[in-house]
Order: sequence, then structure tokens, then C-alpha cells
Amino acid sequence: MISIRNVRKSFDEKQVLNGIDLEVPLGETLVILGRSGCGKSVLLKIIAGLLSIDGGEVWVDGTEITKLKRKQMNQIRRKIGMLFQSAALFDSMSVAENIAFMLDQHTDLTQQEMRKVVDEKLKLVDLDGVQELRPAQLSGGMRKRVGLARALAFNPEIILYDEPTTGLDPVTCNEINELIRDLNKKLQVTSVVVTHDMHSAFSVGTLMVMLHEGKKLAYGTPESMINEDNPILQQFILLGAPDQILNIDEPTLKKYTGRSTE
Amino acid sequence: MNSPSSTPAPSNGLAFLLKNRLYHTLSEVGDAFRLLAETIFQIFRPPLQFDLLMKQLLFIGFNSLSVVLVSGFFTGMVLGVQGYVQLKPYAVEGSVAQFVSVSVVKELGPMITAFVLSGRIGASITAELSTMKVTEQIDALEVMGTNPVKYLVVPRFLACSFMLPTLTIFSTFAGIFGGYVAVVTLFGFNGDFYILQVQQHLFIGSVFISLVKATSFGMAIAAVGCYKGFSISSAGGAEGVGTATTGSAVISLITILVLDFVLNHILFNLLGLS
Repeated sequence: MISIRNVRKSFDEKQVLNGIDLEVPLGETLVILGRSGCGKSVLLKIIAGLLSIDGGEVWVDGTEITKLKRKQMNQIRRKIGMLFQSAALFDSMSVAENIAFMLDQHTDLTQQEMRKVVDEKLKLVDLDGVQELRPAQLSGGMRKRVGLARALAFNPEIILYDEPTTGLDPVTCNEINELIRDLNKKLQVTSVVVTHDMHSAFSVGTLMVMLHEGKKLAYGTPESMINEDNPILQQFILLGAPDQILNIDEPTLKKYTGRSTE
Repeated sequence: MNSPSSTPAPSNGLAFLLKNRLYHTLSEVGDAFRLLAETIFQIFRPPLQFDLLMKQLLFIGFNSLSVVLVSGFFTGMVLGVQGYVQLKPYAVEGSVAQFVSVSVVKELGPMITAFVLSGRIGASITAELSTMKVTEQIDALEVMGTNPVKYLVVPRFLACSFMLPTLTIFSTFAGIFGGYVAVVTLFGFNGDFYILQVQQHLFIGSVFISLVKATSFGMAIAAVGCYKGFSISSAGGAEGVGTATTGSAVISLITILVLDFVLNHILFNLLGLS
């Protein structure tokens, strides 16, 4: 569904991505891991067509998107929904207007039909009765849910999540993780999730990739990542992930983190 | 013979800084003109979203009317007092209405309106768009297949270009009326003579000049406001929004002054209008 081939991207003198290759098959959820500034969000924005690349190819649903004109890119974007880190809801609009925005811009649906879609998408993210509220009146978790409902409004085949649990309390984080998992099951979409939150990563991911210094350090299933013998990857996972997810033995945990299960 | 020290001489350092600054400024001017070209291109690409345009027309026009009227009125009063006092020693104070009306119509009407709107509207456009940029709302528009230039810039550009001449007409009338109030009440000037003089010295060419200037100022305010809003880095944060907003107000004012000079030269000198 998504194929990234030898992608390079730099900002001024800083090389952020240096020859990244990735595959996200249909229906899978790829989690992108890595330290701050390693280019995770840049990669996500490249897939969404928000950033150009210096070299390489990005294929989305069989189309190479990096050389597309805006009009053609907009056709591809109709297959993509994106949840931004800050939810990026339009302040000047109500929740309902936010969710219906894409329908209003690109379809001839009546107000009543759009209203129906809004209610349906809000139900999908377990929210109701907030249609007329403004984004400023919502909590952090509610904003993320509304952002997700907006991303789902056009029935996308691909959903991109940019740090979906950042800034939320642990209970809300868990709810958002469950929501992402449920949506992926219900809607059979292909997802790419950028996160620092290891609980979230292991909770939603069916595939994982670790970026380090602009390169792909490791790629595979969550199980294979846990067993990968790479000190940088192991330290990153073990420092952030709850022990019950890893089911890791005491000497390994101590070796990479200095931490004990007891 | 080469100096053994690798440190560049101070003059070279200054030259390097100036070169960098010039490159940066030229690159910004280039980007601003690119945005302007894209905006003009998008104006002629249907559909034009009238609801967005109406919202901006109301915000820019109706909400600025009172401040423009007050500014115009007091500018006219000042001109009336100054004109009368300056002309009286030469016994030509009877020309004060001509002085006020010609100054207000050709120069101060569009200029004062543009100054008021550059502070009120230009800065507000920059603050709004730059906040949308740092909170990823502009990225969200892109991802949802909506061109941010068409959705955000075009309505603001059109509204400013249309409302600035409209407000200038109000400001000009307020200015002429301000002059009337000042000279009639403070100096006992004959009101009927004032009105007669204004009618005799107001030509359609002067009104045309006023409207051409106002439209150009409106375009400049919107273009600078939108460019400064869009050009902020996503990581700029609140500080970036503040810097962009201040920069927008300053650049708008300078652009209006430069544009006024250029237009005066073209309209009065090259085209011979009066």
C-alpha cells in the first residue's frame, strides 16, 4: 500500500533522512520509532505529500506521489486521513464543521447528509453531543478523538497518526490506543503511527521500524523487534516499554537499561 | 603576502553579513511575489468561495468603518486648523477648503485608511495565519486536499483590495467634513463657501487617483500580511507569531510609503494626471 524507496531529505545542512526504504502492506499498522529529531514526523509528512524529498520515491496505492502536481496529489490525499500531534482542529469552526470540512469542500452532499456523516464518525470515536462545541471547549483527549473523526470523514484507506498519545494522561492514552486498534480492525485501513510511547507502539503496531541518524536501524514485527540484537534499539524499547509487554528476562533488562523487574 | 591568521578581517566579516542579509531579503521578496502570483492565479480559478469572501468583507470593512471615520475626521480637522493658520498670513485663508479637500482626496484619505488597516487588518491576518501554521492547521488543509492559498489568502486579498477603496471614500468624506467643522466652528469660516470650494476643486481624476492608490495599498496590506503569516516556521511557536505580526505591521507601513511614492510618480509625473 505504501512503499518508500531510498528517500533522502535534508533541511539546510542537516540530513534528516538518508536513504530510507520501507514497505507498509495493505491493512498493516506500521509504527515508526526513533529519538526526537530523527525524522519520524518528517517521514509521515512526506507520505502525506506535505514535504518534498531530495531523492528517492514514495509510492502510495500504486502511484509515485513525489512528482505529482497538486491536483493529482489531492486525488491521492482523498485516500489519506491524518491525525496531527496537536489535532490541528480549525479554531474558527465547530466540531461538526471540522469533521464535515472535507465533505463540504469536495462533495455535493447536503447539510443533512453531512450531519449524518458527522454523527456517524463521532460515534466511531465514542463521542456524542459535542457537535456544536468549539475546539477550545474540548479536553486534549476529546480533541484527538475529533481529529480522528475528521480524518475518517472521507473514508480513507490510509490513516497517518502523528504522536496520537502525546500530552495525554495514561487512561486517555489507553483509550486512544484501543480506539486506533478498533478502527484498524473495523475499517481494515492501512496505518502509519509515529510515536515515542512504547506502550502505544506495542499496543497498536503490527509492524515497526526504528529510525536512527537518518537511517533505518531495524524493521519487523513487534516480536522480532524485541528479539533484535541491537543495543540502540534494545535500549529504546526497554527504557520505554512496560515489562509485561516485553516479557523480558532479568539479565537482558539489566544489560540494556540498568533496570530491574523487582 | 597572506596574513598568517585565519580569522577574517572585520571588514570581510561585515561584507559577509551584509551579503547574507541581502540574499535573505531578496529571497523573501522573491517568495512574497511567488505567493502574490499564486494568489492572482487562484482568483481566476473557479470556484470562488463567496461565503469566505463575505466573512472577510464584513470583518475588514464593517468592523473597520468606525476607526477609519474617526481617523479621517480628525485628520481633516488638523488639516483645516493648520491650513487656515498657515494661509492666513498670506491672506489666502479662503483657499483652506481647496487645501483640505485636495490633500485628503489625493493623499491623506488613502494613506490614513491604509495605515489604519495595516495595523488593524494586516497584523490580524498575519497573527491568524501564523497561528494556523504553528498549530498545523494549514498542513491539515493541505492533507484534506484544500489549497491554503485559495482558501485563506484569496478571500483576504480580494476583501482588502475591495474594502480599502470603499473605506477610503468614507475616510475622505469624514476628512472633508472634519475640515469643515474645524474652520467653521473655530475660525468662523463661511460654511457655504467651504462646500462651494470643495465642489469646484474636486475632479473625477482626483477620485480616480485616490481609488487607484487605495486599491494598491489594500493589495499590499493583504499580500504582506498573508506572506508573513505563511512564512513562519512550524516550529516558530508563540514567539514566532509575535515576530511575524510585528514584522508584518512594519513592512506594510514601509510598503505603503514606497508604493505611494511610486504611484505618485507614475500618476502625476508620467501619466500627467492632476
